[in-house]
Amino acid sequence: MANLLADPDSGLTPAQLAARHGLRVAGERPSIGRYSGQLWRYRHFISAYAHAKLTASFSNARLGQLWQVLTPLTNAAVYYLIFGLVLEQNRGMDNFIAYLTTGLFIFNFTQVSVQQGTQAISGNLGLIRALHFPRACLPLAITATQFQQLLGSIVVLLAIVVATGEPITLMWLMLVPAVLLQTVFNAGLTMVVARLGAKATDLKQVMPFVLRAWMYGSGVLYSVNLFAENLPGWATAVVQFNPMLVYIELARISLLENTHLLNDSLPLTWLIALGWAAVAGLGGYFYFWRGEQEYGRG
Amino acid sequence: MVNLEMSNDVTVTFPRIQERIPTVVVDDAHVVYRVHKGAAGNTSPVAAFKRMVTRTNAPNVRVVHAVRGVTFTAYRGEAIGLIGTNGSGKSTLLRAIAGLLPVEQGAVYTQGQPSLLGVNAALLNDLPGERNVTLGCLAMGMSPAEVRRKLPEIIEFSGINQRGDFASLPMRTYSSGMSARLRFSIAAAKQHDVLLIDEALATGDKAFRKRSEQRVRELRESAGTVFLVSHQLSSVRDTCERTIWLESGEIRMDGPTPEVLAAYEAFTNGK
Repeated sequence: MANLLADPDSGLTPAQLAARHGLRVAGERPSIGRYSGQLWRYRHFISAYAHAKLTASFSNARLGQLWQVLTPLTNAAVYYLIFGLVLEQNRGMDNFIAYLTTGLFIFNFTQVSVQQGTQAISGNLGLIRALHFPRACLPLAITATQFQQLLGSIVVLLAIVVATGEPITLMWLMLVPAVLLQTVFNAGLTMVVARLGAKATDLKQVMPFVLRAWMYGSGVLYSVNLFAENLPGWATAVVQFNPMLVYIELARISLLENTHLLNDSLPLTWLIALGWAAVAGLGGYFYFWRGEQEYGRG
Repeated sequence: MVNLEMSNDVTVTFPRIQERIPTVVVDDAHVVYRVHKGAAGNTSPVAAFKRMVTRTNAPNVRVVHAVRGVTFTAYRGEAIGLIGTNGSGKSTLLRAIAGLLPVEQGAVYTQGQPSLLGVNAALLNDLPGERNVTLGCLAMGMSPAEVRRKLPEIIEFSGINQRGDFASLPMRTYSSGMSARLRFSIAAAKQHDVLLIDEALATGDKAFRKRSEQRVRELRESAGTVFLVSHQLSSVRDTCERTIWLESGEIRMDGPTPEVLAAYEAFTNGK
């Protein structure tokens, strides 16, 4: 069959004819360099899509964009009620409300990015099957949307921090690099779960449990010192490499006066934060690109 | 063989090759679907667990051989109709050309990136029509300035504003015909090397169908290739001069539209 002539006049097989006119195999994956170039040309699409998603997510709610601020506030109130008032986790802590909300808002940024990331491909099949664009736009747009949400939360957070009696210091500026590193980390992680979620549709059901376990392991709701007090030494050593714990600790140490790091070394904490951002960012991008030609099929 | 080819090139067919540039070459393509039948068969948790442990495939995965060894070449400036009864593999073939479905065997070569335009391709339903136009255009790789310039043109062409200002309403409020028209207008706003249209022309009203047929002709003249899948034989007749008739995933006939349509009509009437 393969040596059938494509064009009787030229006497070429289909493959030869295609090669002669520079035709490419349909759906071929571009090299990672070319892919990055394409992605750069699509930056306007990413920001427009992120913005569109943000507007669309509140389009059915009467209070609209106000939920961007109300959601984290309500969340913080509920956790304060349970962990602060009922379980009294605030014993021996100077400013539990600010401690809790910082942890919650920072963790929430990653949590929602990952949750939505599992749907980045499987929830946009219509768009993917209709139009051609580098698919990494979708998880990146999710990260961008959540980043915008985080900026709203941070305004609320700063208000809470000041209202609970923390001084405004130059240390606050450290929040900027900490959040940027976390954003890179999130982008990478979102791309990983996007590819996983494209194939394994059960991931959506499993993810809430994984994320909850992760939250308990990141010292969001109680003092991180509990890890050092209650866990055996090796486990504490492992926990201090937990990326979410590291990003939360960096945010806390920049905003709150009396906080201690789990490993007592600020440079080491920054190194871990940087390392995770690099590993997740580059690794996630590479992993997602490897699957580029599979998205939207099946 | 080499000599023959050389002489062909130099003497007889050289000018002909110059003028006929292939844009899509499909070489003995086979497309196979693996369909999860979902709730059919033995789906109790115990059975599912047993399958996981023994690593056997679920019994509810069925293999559908949708396209079986299709070979043809499409040239620049052609509009090709794809016809066939339901389930004959037309849409699957289009998706394989668009690079959205892998071929099991054989190969599909294309010039540039073909764009598939189907009626079931959804945009963001919670967003207004004009926002979707912007997004769609950006997703096709246009620059923001180009999008701003083309936006009124696209809205105008789609005709969704004929009954009031629908462009600023969310797309979920549109009728199916309106959203299909908007999707077609977005895709047709760009110059495509290869444009694949799946039933899109059948949805609009008569005035829109006229406009879109005109647009397909324009796209074709500006050196693109257009594939049109339709059950509306009249729109195939009006827009395409070549037609491929698929039946059970195989090419039954490939030739000038009038001949193929006549044979197809005889076939369907005889059934």
